[in-house]
Parts: sequence; C-alpha cells; structure tokens
Amino acid sequence: MWKYLLKRIGLAIIILLGASALIYLLSMLMPADYIDNQTSAALQSGAMTMEDVMRLKELYGLADKSFGGIVKSYISWLKSTISGDLGFSFLYGKPVTKVLSEYIWISFMIAFISYILQIAIGIPMGIKASVSQYSAYDYTVSVFAMMGTALPSFFLSALLMNVFAIKLGIFPLQGLTTATTVFAPDEHLKILLDKAWHLVLPITVLTLLNVGGTMKFTRTNMLEVLNSDYIRTARAKGLSEKAVTYKHAFRNTMIPLVTSLSGMLPGLFGGAMITETVFAIPGIGYMALRATRQGDIPFIMGYNMFLAILTVAGMLISDIMYMVVDPRVKLS
Amino acid sequence: MVMTEIERNNSVNNTDNDNAELELAQNFRVISPGRMVAKRFFKSKLSIAGLIMIIFVFLFSFVGPLIVDATWGYKETQVFKIERNTDMVTIAQFTGPDGKTYDYYDKSQTVIIFKAPPSKDHWLGTDTSGFDIFTRLMYGGRISLVISFIVIFLETFIGIILGGLAGYFGKWVDQLIMRIVDIFSCLPSLPILLVLSATINSIESIPAEHRIYYLMAFLTLMGWTGVARIVRGQILMLREQEYMMAATTTGISPIHKIFRHLVPNTMPQLIVSATLGLGGIILYESTLSYLGLGVPFPRAAWGSMIALADPSRGQEILAYYPNMWVPAGVLIVVTVLGFSFIGDGLRDAFDPRMKR
Repeated sequence: MWKYLLKRIGLAIIILLGASALIYLLSMLMPADYIDNQTSAALQSGAMTMEDVMRLKELYGLADKSFGGIVKSYISWLKSTISGDLGFSFLYGKPVTKVLSEYIWISFMIAFISYILQIAIGIPMGIKASVSQYSAYDYTVSVFAMMGTALPSFFLSALLMNVFAIKLGIFPLQGLTTATTVFAPDEHLKILLDKAWHLVLPITVLTLLNVGGTMKFTRTNMLEVLNSDYIRTARAKGLSEKAVTYKHAFRNTMIPLVTSLSGMLPGLFGGAMITETVFAIPGIGYMALRATRQGDIPFIMGYNMFLAILTVAGMLISDIMYMVVDPRVKLS
Repeated sequence: MVMTEIERNNSVNNTDNDNAELELAQNFRVISPGRMVAKRFFKSKLSIAGLIMIIFVFLFSFVGPLIVDATWGYKETQVFKIERNTDMVTIAQFTGPDGKTYDYYDKSQTVIIFKAPPSKDHWLGTDTSGFDIFTRLMYGGRISLVISFIVIFLETFIGIILGGLAGYFGKWVDQLIMRIVDIFSCLPSLPILLVLSATINSIESIPAEHRIYYLMAFLTLMGWTGVARIVRGQILMLREQEYMMAATTTGISPIHKIFRHLVPNTMPQLIVSATLGLGGIILYESTLSYLGLGVPFPRAAWGSMIALADPSRGQEILAYYPNMWVPAGVLIVVTVLGFSFIGDGLRDAFDPRMKR
C-alpha cells in the first residue's frame, strides 16, 4: 500500500509540475498586466518614461516576453514557489500567500456550511428516491436535482436577491457586514450574527446548486446496490424494508459516497468565484476575479496554482479513502 | 454487446421441424439496434420532455429571427426609442436653521426613451440600450447553441484521436497522453478561461467579432480530456475482444483498426457524454458573457442579458425590470435541462442494464 501511495504522490507531483508550466505560460500571455494598466496614465502625462516601466517589469520578471525569457522567469518562479513564496500581488500590495491565507477562511466557511447542508439534504433524498424508483417522489426530486445543476449561479443569485433582499427585504443584498451600523470592537457575537445574516443567501445558492449532484449520485449508487443478490437474500430472510435499505444497502452505497465526498474537501478552500462576486463577499474567489480583471499576474498564478494543488489533493484523498472505506480493495 | 432483440408477435405452436425456421421468420420480428434504442428512448417521459424543450429552443433561436426579420424587418441591434414619462424623485437632507435635520423631496417628471415596459410591439419591452429584448433572446440562443455544438464537436474530435491512440497503443504513448490529460483536467477551468478571455479582450489587433472563435478554442482546450478518457477506457476493453483478433489477422493497418473498428463501438458512450456536455458548455459560455468576457456587445448573449441585473451596477434593473433578465435565465435553464434529460434518456436507452 505504501508503494502505491508513493507512486500516486510521485504522479501528483509530475501533474502539478505540468500544470504549473501551463498556468505560467497562459498567465504570461496576458498582455494587460498590472504595470501597464497602472502606468499608462503616468506614461501619457509624461510623469514616467518607458524606461521606468521596463525597470518595474524587470523587477517582477515580466519584462522578457520571448520564449527564452519566459522559461528563465518560470524557473525562478518555480524555485520560489517551492520554497513557499508565491510572489507579491500588485493589486493588493501584499505577498500572494498572505492574501490567500487572509481571504480563504470566509470562502471556506461558506463552502463548508453548504457542503454539510448538501450532504444532510442530498443523501436522504437520494435514498428515498431510489427506494421508490419511478414514483412521483423520485421524478420530482430528480427533476429538481437536475434543475439545480442547470441553473447558472449568477441567475439563481439574482432571483434570490430579487425576492428575499429586495421584495421581502429579509436578507441583505450584498456585502459581508452592514455598512450603516457601527459595532463596538468587543461586540463579537453581534458582528458574527451580522456576518451570518449576510451569508444566508450565498450559502443557499451554493447548496441549491450542488445538492442535486449529491442526490443523484446517491440515487444511482443506491439503485445499483439495491439490485444486487445479497439484498434479495436480506429480503428473503424477512428483514424489514427499513433494515434492508439502511443497514444493508446504504452501507455499501457509503463506499462511493465517502470516496467522492472526501475528495471534495480540499476544493472547499477554492472559493466560489461567481457567487462571491455577485454577493460582493470578500472571499478568495472574489479577490481572484478582481485580480484577473486587473491583470495582477503574480496573484493569478498563485491562485490558479493553489486551485490545481487542491484538485490534486482531492484526487489523492479520494484514492486513499477508497482503500480505507472498502476493505476488499487492495491496490498495488 | 448483443443488441438484437427478438419480439414475439403471436404465439407459435408448430412442431413441424422443416417449417420451423420459416415459421420463425414469419412470426418473429427482428428489430435493428438503432430502432431498439429509439424505442427505449421514447418510452421515457423525461427524454420526450427534453426533446420538446430542445426543439422549442432551436425553433425559437433559429426560426424566430427569420420571422422577426421578415415581418418587422429588424435585427438584434435595432434601437427603439420609445418615449414615456416617469416620476423621478430626488431626496436630499439638509439641516435647518433650528438645528433639526429635514428631508427634502423633489418630484419631477422625466422622459426616458429606453427600458420600455412590455407592450404589444415589444413583447418583453426594450433594454437599457433600447434593443428589443425578445429578439435579443433569439439571437442569444443562436450564439449559445452554435458555440456549444461546435465546441462539443471539436472536443469529441480531439478526444477520439488522442484517446484512441492512447488506448490502442498503450505503453509510453498511453502514459504520455494520459499524463497530458491529467494535467489539463487539474487546471481550474473557470479561472483559466477568464485569464484567456481577458487576454483576447485586451489584444487590440483582434477584431471584436473574432473573439468568439477564440472563445470556442478555449472552451475546447479545457474540455477535451473527458472524451479522451472515455474513448481510452472503452478501447482498452474492446481491443481484447475476439473481433479485434479477427481484424488483426486480416492485416489491416492500426489506424484502420482504431478508427474503423474500435472507435465506432465507443459511439454510444460518446453520444451520451456529448449530449450531457452541451449543457455544461452553455453554462460556461453564459458565465463568460455575464462577466463581459464572452460575446462582445452589441451582440446578444443570454449571459450578458442577465448581467444587466448585476447589483454592483445598481439595483434598479434587478428590482424593477425582471423582464430584462428573467427570460434569459429561464432559457438557459430550459436548454441545459433539455440536454441533460436527453442525455440521461440516451444513456438508459443505450445501456439497457441500467433499466430495471
């Protein structure tokens, strides 16, 4: 097993190296880098000369856009990345790692709560739908699940905002804190409640979008298990339908469920770009979209690399969980 | 996979051995695999619903503009200036000489020419630029559907070639191609698409109307890996079968073996994954349009129509003009949902083991 794990980790490193080269190349192609954006006005008015701009770019390793130059600056970027230094974000004026660690938590909070809700709602619904396959309940739940996956997040957000924030006025429209009220710095509970109040709609959006996937996944796997011979045996023994479903069938459905759900865990840190932006919540996704629009190359590369690492980590975790959960699996 | 099913027409009770075969041919009907798939497909209510939804969207976006153009003679970028009076209320606060704060309301009438409400001439009204919303919905659908079909075609094409080579040759070819697939599939799609689109938008030498081709190329670049995985997996399984041994003994070239004998057998899976993939591409395209990185203004796209309701640009449209953004969203949902209903129906139809 250790050999298998080492092999997987080695593979993950190769994948990440390839991904980093691709991400670097793509970001380097971006011509609207922040220095150009920021200095264009100064250039026009004559406050800065072209040489000043070039010197700035040299400083950030963005000057040479020929192939050789990109390779050279990629290698130096890779070296500093491995040592944990992702560079300095132009837009936010801080090291990229600091921006990431600062804004990641709010994104994680939102994603984690919606992940829990997704499991708590999706799995029972999926089980119930599979037990009564082709019933009215099954059809309704399946159609709703598919609708969730078909909804663009910005449209669902706009709908919820229109109804709950504007028409009914129960939830705030945007932001993370109420701008008009000033809290004393020691009113921690009030601040927390205020933040939670602002997060209700975004969490609802994420949950509604993702619950369908979990539900459908549970349903498909339950149906597969419910059709196997040992379930027929359990029924023949005269076990109650409840015991058959929850004790016998669901236990085996747990294997793919745990594998896929645990694989999602790292992704929770990645942030929801569109939803966060629509609700103007300063999470990592919102910051990344802003940086992309402004051409903040170090931040974009750092963020994309971070996401790639999360994806690879997710794959590794689900591989490991597969072995942990299912004792029959022996990988070599 | 044996796909021939024999259907019994009426009961046979003939014991005559000589006539048995003839009798068999007369009383049993052999259905072709294609017809069987169609029969199973149309049995499911959801797939019929999906088919109706997609046919509706297609007629709406491809025939609709023709009708509008022929009857009223305008296109998506025709500006209508419809004057109407609205009340404009300005609120200001000032502190009176007595030290109290007073609210000051000023109500005046202004004439606005855009954002007309739904009327007989303009069923969904006009938008912030005076374009007819109903017509723009049609053209937006055209863009979404054309992009999604072209992208899925390109993805499938690249996926078949690379997946076919990887699955057939195995060894280092497989290793190399699958590692490339791994690398591409661990790239974060949306952020990378944003970076690429932003790049294209900022290069001034690229005309705005060409951006859409780049957009399609990027979507293909981020999506081909799924197809390659499916094709490779299927071919790994199929190449061990006896008919492939027979093909090898006839001495045909590997290219023929892959693309004549192996790839056609992966078609059912490919058709299902392509149908399910269409919806995903429409979602990506509309997200990019929503962020202003997709189809450039003044051309219509569903995503950019919803972007009018973005609360960061003011709440007015979000709150008071649902006619501008709700229909576009509904159309996206209908289209994506329609494709996934059809895809699910096709999967069940192709793979009868799933049906119980």
